[in-house]
Amino acid sequence: MSQTDIQSDIQKTILKQQKAEDRRKLMLNGILLVLLLLAPFVMYPVFLMKILCFALFAVAFNLLFGFTGLLSFGHAAFLATGGYTTGYLLSNFSGLTTEMGIIAGTLVAAVLGLGFALLSIRRQGIYFAMVTLALAQLVFFFFVQSPFTGGEDGLHGVPRGELFGLINLEDNLNMYYFVLVVFLACYLLVQRIVSSPYGHVLKAIKQNEPRAVSLGYKVDRYKVLAFVISATLAGLAGSMKSVVFQLASLNDAHWHMSGEVILMTLVGGVGTLLGPVLGATLVVNIEYQLGQGPLRDWVDPILGAIFVLTVLSFRSGIVGEVQKFVRKNMG
Amino acid sequence: MSMIFGVPMAVLSGQLLIGIINGAFYALLSLGLAVIFGLLKIINFAHGAMYMLGAMGTVILFDNLGVNYWVALFLAPVLVGIVGVLVEYFLLRRIAGQDHIYSLLLTFGVALIMQGILTNIYGVSGLRYSMPDMFKGGVNLGFMFLPYYRAWVIVAALLVCFGTWFMIEKTKLGAYLRAGTEDSQLMQGFGINVPLLVSLTYGFGVMLAAFAGVLAAPIYSVTPVMGSHILIVVFAVVVIGGLGSIGGAIITGVLMGVVEGLTKTFYPPASSAVIFLVMVIVLMIRPHGLFGKEA
Amino acid sequence: MTIMKKLLASAVASALMVGGAQAEISNNTVKIGYLADMSGTYRDLSGPNGLKALEMAIADFGGTVKGAKIEIVTADDRNSPDVASSTVRRWLENDNVDMVAGLVASSVTIAATKVIEENDKLGLVNGSAASSITNEYCTPNHIHYTYDTYALSIGTPTAIVKEGGKTWYILTADYAFGHAMEADVTRVVEANGGEIVGSIRHPFPTPDFSSFILQAQASGADVIALANAGADTTNAITTAAEFGVTQSGQTIAGLVVFLSDVHALGTEAAQGLQLTTGWYWDMNDETREWSDRFMKETGARPTMVHAGIYSSTLQYLDAVEKTGSDDAQTVRKQMMDTPINDMFTKNGRIREDGRMVHDMYLAQVKTPEESSGEWDLYKILRTIPAEEAFRPLADSKCKLISSK
Repeated sequence: MSQTDIQSDIQKTILKQQKAEDRRKLMLNGILLVLLLLAPFVMYPVFLMKILCFALFAVAFNLLFGFTGLLSFGHAAFLATGGYTTGYLLSNFSGLTTEMGIIAGTLVAAVLGLGFALLSIRRQGIYFAMVTLALAQLVFFFFVQSPFTGGEDGLHGVPRGELFGLINLEDNLNMYYFVLVVFLACYLLVQRIVSSPYGHVLKAIKQNEPRAVSLGYKVDRYKVLAFVISATLAGLAGSMKSVVFQLASLNDAHWHMSGEVILMTLVGGVGTLLGPVLGATLVVNIEYQLGQGPLRDWVDPILGAIFVLTVLSFRSGIVGEVQKFVRKNMG
Repeated sequence: MSMIFGVPMAVLSGQLLIGIINGAFYALLSLGLAVIFGLLKIINFAHGAMYMLGAMGTVILFDNLGVNYWVALFLAPVLVGIVGVLVEYFLLRRIAGQDHIYSLLLTFGVALIMQGILTNIYGVSGLRYSMPDMFKGGVNLGFMFLPYYRAWVIVAALLVCFGTWFMIEKTKLGAYLRAGTEDSQLMQGFGINVPLLVSLTYGFGVMLAAFAGVLAAPIYSVTPVMGSHILIVVFAVVVIGGLGSIGGAIITGVLMGVVEGLTKTFYPPASSAVIFLVMVIVLMIRPHGLFGKEA
Repeated sequence: MTIMKKLLASAVASALMVGGAQAEISNNTVKIGYLADMSGTYRDLSGPNGLKALEMAIADFGGTVKGAKIEIVTADDRNSPDVASSTVRRWLENDNVDMVAGLVASSVTIAATKVIEENDKLGLVNGSAASSITNEYCTPNHIHYTYDTYALSIGTPTAIVKEGGKTWYILTADYAFGHAMEADVTRVVEANGGEIVGSIRHPFPTPDFSSFILQAQASGADVIALANAGADTTNAITTAAEFGVTQSGQTIAGLVVFLSDVHALGTEAAQGLQLTTGWYWDMNDETREWSDRFMKETGARPTMVHAGIYSSTLQYLDAVEKTGSDDAQTVRKQMMDTPINDMFTKNGRIREDGRMVHDMYLAQVKTPEESSGEWDLYKILRTIPAEEAFRPLADSKCKLISSK
């Protein structure tokens, strides 16, 4: 056998493996999709929507943290900005259809994200985290002070309205499928971004920024773009959340929210696609189930224990650990 | 009476003094963080909880064992220091060498656990602690009434700050510490027990927080969540000073106390946000803080 | 799906109509959802002990109502309107909850009552302070029971101005609640011939009050009013004591002060503080008897919120029994028609805006010498009659009032 034959053989097996993996993934995704479509008939739709909104929030955060290596400790600012903008517009301008309100909220979050990015992107590591935290605190201060947010009372009675002026979103099922479609679109978008050439540059920056610079990439521009996309999606999550719950509140802007999204991403699996979704599902469920049960006074310490356990024992998160396991045993 | 921007001079001097007193608190708290980060590269989000443990510990020791203020001033920090050593030994040690971020997440979790447990035992309204008799009352400075206790807070906090700075920057022990944490293998070769040194350093850092907690017990409401509010403010102080800079943390602490005090006079609502504004501006101009070294 | 549901519902309804508008208790169970802060800032004034008060009410009622079981579900609201809204929605839409009790943080209450209104169930609000809950946020589906900011801001300022405290300086927590409180106090002080000489808006929360106390001291006002709550209030009072505010002749007026706060402060720091309360455990034999039982269960004396939860639950169960129905409007109407006479209040009545009006009390914190024990904290100075204590309907912005 000539060398080229061997090479092509190897390539073939790699291709085969890849195809097998692709098929596995496709199947997995198919199953998940069916489950998501059927879920509202089994589970409570509003609760499912809450999970989807937080899942989108975590996916957005993970694009920045997991794939670009930038830990933002201020993502609550975008969630809240999206929520407040959409909530305010839909409550005060009855001519707006729901999707217009959501788009507006998302855009404002995007602009804010650009501002954050320009101010913070040059900072490294912990300094980056701290600048984003500081900026988010300033945004929090703005929301506390602004009359339109209703202060700590919150912004209540946001009308769900009608999608494109046609579909009545007051109906939980309609609302659910709308949220699901938006969520899936964003998820696929992030998937595309990550596997695109642009995504590869992001990963290169994460692994070794100086090398990426020396390869001639304008690293800052890549990072700013990643930040803005992440902020936009986080804002979208907040906008939808305000429509689903028909309210927006200061909790979304508090730095604890920025901490919570880190927990979700970490538990699910940093730098994996499905991880943040799973993490958000888990954290929202834990909070809810514990809050109802006999351990309801112990939610915080239990969340704390999850933080500790995750960091100590499975830093790659659930999805990360499963991937490792699959690679070891099936690869 | 002379006025500055519409504020009487006397009021302004009072506010400056109050600012320095609060700054002394910030200095003490941020010093501990700076020691822990500077020497160990651990981002200690449990610092607020340790401060709280110091204060709660003081009250609990008094209520259950009748331990008085002066004994508590030493005993509570030592006990919290032991808690710190245990946290380092059983938890933080396992993630040594990982990204700093993990230490942040781990200690954040530890803080949630401590706060949650104490909330369930003691509630959130706060525990009662009386001012030691010798500190009751105060002195009229002409421009303000200065309670004796506040004067004591400045003295105690600044003494401890200076002592710590001196020990780390100027003594042989400090030199070992700095060397041991920078090149542990080398120091291990010299027969120094580096893991022990690391545990003790973390323990010492949280002792400083607990000491601040004891100082706070007679004047602030002592609750399991008292540390969570102050945590990120203190973090901001350390970052402005330059992470890891011991002297920087002290000076910035006092400085930020004053800045906050002035804001409380001229535009009170912004006093919770002003430190973050300063932080953003400082990091724009000096990416590693006022006293930080280039990494 | 919803159309099906509606059709079904109307079919059932018309069937019932034929049967003669028969009242009944759905599922033969009265299900109460207790939503409160179980782990955060408001834990001690409501929280786990509030649940105990609720359970005591059910036990005292006999455990069943007209043969129907009484069940409780509970949840920690985590002071988050999202959690409140989704939890309550699930309770009402999926779990057949008939009445929601507790309801503490105003954001939580406003979010929850919106959902309760949509589902036409009943909410008994006990923990919240905001008077907007029966004003701009009123619904035909909830009752605000224990107290509100309007009532709290009437009693203390009126009394103090009458005693000669003419000039006022207000420390206001810088958020909607504090602003509302400040406006209320200003109105009351000025109406009584007093004057506001200054105010300061402090961030929420503020750990150190020395700077603000100093400014209030420098103002030379007779009275320093605290338009804040919880840890902010206790911190401000401790600091005021430290800086010798009372010694220099200034009076401190707490506006939102709970027994749990005063207990935490102790009589030494809080002595002389005047405050308004809706109830106090040591007022008469009835209150003492109940409080003793409560203390046996919980180890603490009840706050007015705990007492309100107990009383309102009994009133509710009584109305369910009398009407034989757990339909929200039927029960609410019955509750409105029944004056409240129990250990919580005498001649309390529920207005059409959902406000339960009853006497409030002006109290003063005892000195360490006067106090005979850990919980012997207040002396009642004056009863504020119900008509004076709450916002008159004439000033109401409630939709239920203006639409008549």
